[in-house]
Amino acid sequence: MTPAHQAPESVLFGRLSLEAIPYHEPILLATFAVAALGGIGVLAAVTYFRLWGWLWRDWITSIDHKKIGIMYMILGLIMLLRGFADALMMRLQQAIAFGGAEGYLPPHHYDQIFTAHGVIMIFFVAMPFVTGLMNYLVPLQIGARDVAFPFLNNFSFWMTTAGAILVMLSLFVGEFATTGWLAYPPLSGIYSSPGVGVDYYIWALQIAGVGTTLSGVNLIATIVKMRAPGMTMMRMPIFTWTSLCSNVLIVASFPVLGATLALLSLDRYVGTNFFTNDLGGSAMMYVNLIWIWGHPEVYILILPAFGVFSEVTAAFCGKRLFGYASMVYATVVITILSYLVWLHHFFTMGSGASVNSFFGITTMIISIPTGAKIFNWLFTMYKGRIRFDLPMMWTVSFMITFTIGGMTGVLLAVPPADFVLHNSLFLIAHFHNVIIGGVLFGLFAGIYFWFPKAFGFRLDPFWGKVSFWCWTVGFYVAFMPLYVLGLMGVTRRMSKFDDPSLQIWFVIAAIGALMILCGIAAFLMQIFVSILRREQLKDTTGDPWNARTLEWSTSSPPPAYNFAFTPIVHDLDAWWDMKRRDYVRPTEGFIPIHMPKNTGAGFVLAVIATVAGFGLIWHIWWLAAAGFVALVATAIVHTFNYKRDFHIPASEVVETENARTRLLAARA
Amino acid sequence: MKPFGRLFRALAIIPALFALAGCEMVVMSPSGDIAAQQRDLVVISTVLMLLIIVPVIALTIAFAWKYRSSNKDADYDPDWHHSTGLEVVIWAAPLVIIIALGAITWVSTHLLDPYRPLARLDASRAIPEGVKPLRVQAVALDWKWLFFYPDYGVATVNELAAPVDAPISFQITSSTVMNSFYVPALAGMIYAMPAMETKLHAVINKAGVYDGFSANYSGAGFSDMRFKFHGLAQADFDKWIESVKASGDQLDRAGFIELEKPSVRVAPRKYGSTPADLYDAILNRCVDAAKMCVKDMMRVDAQGGMGLAGLGNVFSLAYDEPRRQGGNVAPKARYVAAICTPEAPRDGRTVEAPIAAPLGKRAASEPLISAGSTRLASSK
Amino acid sequence: MSASVTADIAATDAAMEAPTPGRDFYVRGEHHPENGTLLGFWLYLMSDCLVFAVLFACYGVLGRSYAAGPSGADLFDLKLVAINTGFLLASSITYGFAMLEMQQNHKGTTLFWLFVTGCFGASFLALELYEFWHLIHEGATPQRSAFLSSFFTLVGTHGLHVTFGCVWLVTLMVQVVKHGLIPANRRRLICLSMFWHFLDVVWIGVFTFVYLMGSLA
Repeated sequence: MTPAHQAPESVLFGRLSLEAIPYHEPILLATFAVAALGGIGVLAAVTYFRLWGWLWRDWITSIDHKKIGIMYMILGLIMLLRGFADALMMRLQQAIAFGGAEGYLPPHHYDQIFTAHGVIMIFFVAMPFVTGLMNYLVPLQIGARDVAFPFLNNFSFWMTTAGAILVMLSLFVGEFATTGWLAYPPLSGIYSSPGVGVDYYIWALQIAGVGTTLSGVNLIATIVKMRAPGMTMMRMPIFTWTSLCSNVLIVASFPVLGATLALLSLDRYVGTNFFTNDLGGSAMMYVNLIWIWGHPEVYILILPAFGVFSEVTAAFCGKRLFGYASMVYATVVITILSYLVWLHHFFTMGSGASVNSFFGITTMIISIPTGAKIFNWLFTMYKGRIRFDLPMMWTVSFMITFTIGGMTGVLLAVPPADFVLHNSLFLIAHFHNVIIGGVLFGLFAGIYFWFPKAFGFRLDPFWGKVSFWCWTVGFYVAFMPLYVLGLMGVTRRMSKFDDPSLQIWFVIAAIGALMILCGIAAFLMQIFVSILRREQLKDTTGDPWNARTLEWSTSSPPPAYNFAFTPIVHDLDAWWDMKRRDYVRPTEGFIPIHMPKNTGAGFVLAVIATVAGFGLIWHIWWLAAAGFVALVATAIVHTFNYKRDFHIPASEVVETENARTRLLAARA
Repeated sequence: MKPFGRLFRALAIIPALFALAGCEMVVMSPSGDIAAQQRDLVVISTVLMLLIIVPVIALTIAFAWKYRSSNKDADYDPDWHHSTGLEVVIWAAPLVIIIALGAITWVSTHLLDPYRPLARLDASRAIPEGVKPLRVQAVALDWKWLFFYPDYGVATVNELAAPVDAPISFQITSSTVMNSFYVPALAGMIYAMPAMETKLHAVINKAGVYDGFSANYSGAGFSDMRFKFHGLAQADFDKWIESVKASGDQLDRAGFIELEKPSVRVAPRKYGSTPADLYDAILNRCVDAAKMCVKDMMRVDAQGGMGLAGLGNVFSLAYDEPRRQGGNVAPKARYVAAICTPEAPRDGRTVEAPIAAPLGKRAASEPLISAGSTRLASSK
Repeated sequence: MSASVTADIAATDAAMEAPTPGRDFYVRGEHHPENGTLLGFWLYLMSDCLVFAVLFACYGVLGRSYAAGPSGADLFDLKLVAINTGFLLASSITYGFAMLEMQQNHKGTTLFWLFVTGCFGASFLALELYEFWHLIHEGATPQRSAFLSSFFTLVGTHGLHVTFGCVWLVTLMVQVVKHGLIPANRRRLICLSMFWHFLDVVWIGVFTFVYLMGSLA
């Protein structure tokens, strides 16, 4: 790589040239071929079936929180495939690169892969999944018709997608960062990383981060302002509570990420000295700032998963959640404490014993509310009548796996222990243990639980069980060897090894990764099979699991307006309460419903942001400037649109509700 | 319930795995006292936590089994959702464990602070009277390790040695990006950062050859950034020092500038002599004598900067850019002002005498910047 | 939800601990949840506040890393900055007048005070640009030292916000001219008012923390 500041740059194309296309890399070429063929296939199918109008009207411009939620989930799923492909490549490389063998990936490629894996899995898999779930469920759980700012919601989604597109683009045009997923300077500075990789990283996260922050604002306002009458804070479903806390964390931490990355980009683009070695810059400040965002981020991901487990446990044990109030307090305590622990990510920087002890102990304190949560789920199971459908299977698997991950986490919070385990594969095993065992298992539990609500049919249980066992067993096979390797003193991000005695562990880990691959394949198979068998798996009741919260009171899938009449809440677990007290579904007296109108503005803005980002990455200054001006202009033009709502006519509501009445009658 | 039986079996493998690997797990069976104490801490913390982890996992499996819906004999109480007593217990139990662990953490973090000089050789032996620790200055380069032995005036690349049962005092820095100095058998790691110095005190108790490496990803050559750490008996160590001294190679400033250029898989090298101030110059980013040392810059800053006169100093301060471009780039700055005093002419050594304050208020013409300069260098 | 509905629910909750068939489980009629715009905008401002917090923190850490170059005391022209501060504070007051006029439903005077506010904002920006130009001209560029990097970034980010505020102000004036003081426009004016005062508060921090303390140091 020639340093960028030496490479010639043209006015028209910046530093973009044919050299940037990695046609000499067979792996990338093949990937590109597959992606291109797949893309062309999808485009052709959409054209052939004349779906463009439908796609534009019903999805791309939709401000319906349910559709946006589903689109987030699809984005997460697609990016999961990419992120997991990276994981497989790493596992394969580490399993074969021994005793002088270089493996099949040169360092430059391998380094991009582990960076991309981390970035994609956190920002473009876990975040979209979690945001998607919150988007879909929160308005339904609180008895609202949509979120507080429906347009902003659509905009947020497309900004997140824009970030994902930039990351994907780096695969085929240029390169991605080779810095690790948090891009510590000076390594990510202009001298050590002169190429476009870090710039792709910066702008992808910056653009996606705008979406995430706004979506956080949106959901907080929704939860605070739009709850159904009678739903006091202490009657909110636990998932809504955890969503509230998670979004508070988003609003309070993503701006820090944005500002930090902006300073890094100033260092790279303008030549300022925030994090450089020279002229007074301090790289340690970046490490602090990025973890002030980074630590809350893991709680942003895990809290909604905790919410899912709470809902699932209560529903499948047929019992009210044990210790609702203490669950809420635990969530709030975790939210606050998550800001007081960031330094535990770099005890080894030499901050001194007292500082390290402080942050070590605050970290341990977080395990108290977390432990209380585990006990709450445990005692919800106690004297319950547990149905082991898929969501509950994932929940039990989570409780065991996450407890182990929590234990290794507290171990790493003891600074002297961290001195021997920091940056080792033990650490890798730990955070995969909590992110897979916590966040991902939670997302799966949530997907299986709410899929029938979103689509009107259940997911096929057979393939679901195959997927569950492959994931659970695969997880242990893939990551327990990493704990061992960590204790053998093996550090992370290595592309090859000298010691042949390590190899067996990497081979076992690779086998585990293959088992997880089977789990993903079975999951995709399950969706495919379920779509084919959707008539048999149909849910006509709207409440297939005999569950407890408001979203189950409406039809599956819910109508565009969610509830024909806004529900009134009298108790925690409002729907359970309604069922118990012989609630009768209204079948007449319907009135027109006031709803927000679709708009393409969010999509257009995100497209412009992507183009402007591309211009900045490649130093195509005219494109960046034009994009920026267009962005502001479009936003201004959008504000001149005052007609943002309409009424669903009563006749349409009557029709929809009557259809449901017939469906319910046919079942009875 | 079949599924959970299988899960349980999967879990049961874990301890077996650990046992299998026991003999090779360097973190669990280190050869240095500091690492051994850190290992003990890992074990104690784990055992403490298992006190609560094991019951939780056992209860999870037990409840999942007992209250399965097909077991109609089990109690079913859908309205039981609160018990003050139980809630006190579920908050108190982890709290007690954390109080214990927190106390251990506070004490051990201070005792095992890498900056703290050693108090003992191992669990049974104190440090004998009058023993001075062996000083080693470690520098992380792209992508190799350079070690200075200031007590002997020698240096090595990618090879480190120390006598058994003698305290070692490391000073650690880096020349470009962040790395982490880690010899698992010896002691925990500490970051190596440019223009900054971290410290580590350790002792090796058993002769042998151990792995050392960078434990913080630092770029393309990171995987090869490894060295061997030789724990030697005192006599062998003396011999080893002799062998280094016998080497005709000398590491001077020019040699270092050549050495620090990025390279991978560098074979171990020995330098029989090296200037005593080279490490300090590396740490302060003024190996190139035309550069102002970081410590001087910081001393000037502490007194309020150099005023408007300092505006043109950029070239004397920017280290990375010229270096990346091959070191032969014409400076962008209009002039270079080096700080010198008659007591310490700028021959590579840096100013130790404090500079009179307040510098920032001085006009450019005042003598401080140029007074007595053996070298008021101009780049032109 | 209206207060009466809330009270009703509380009453029925208290009265009906036992299952009661007649209990109301849905709002018969149209239900209007509260508008969340002002809360949402407030949340956005808090997130923006964190951006400034990061920049202030950076300035706090790096503000004395002059890299053997000039310090704030060497560079800042307090008189200029004091005038600038005056402009911004005055603009906040005139925005307040605009809001008072808006409450009285006086479209013309509202627009007048908005215009005055915009003029003060533009003057502030002009002076700030002059200050930057002057510093860069002298050689005190953002690249010179970590202190100057953090100074330019902190002050510049505030300036960027004021710029956007001015663009927004003009847009809103056009919208008020076009549609009058309709509820949507009133809501927008309130949002911009919060934004404008927020920038004022940030500037007071900048003035104290950067300029005053920098000059005294």
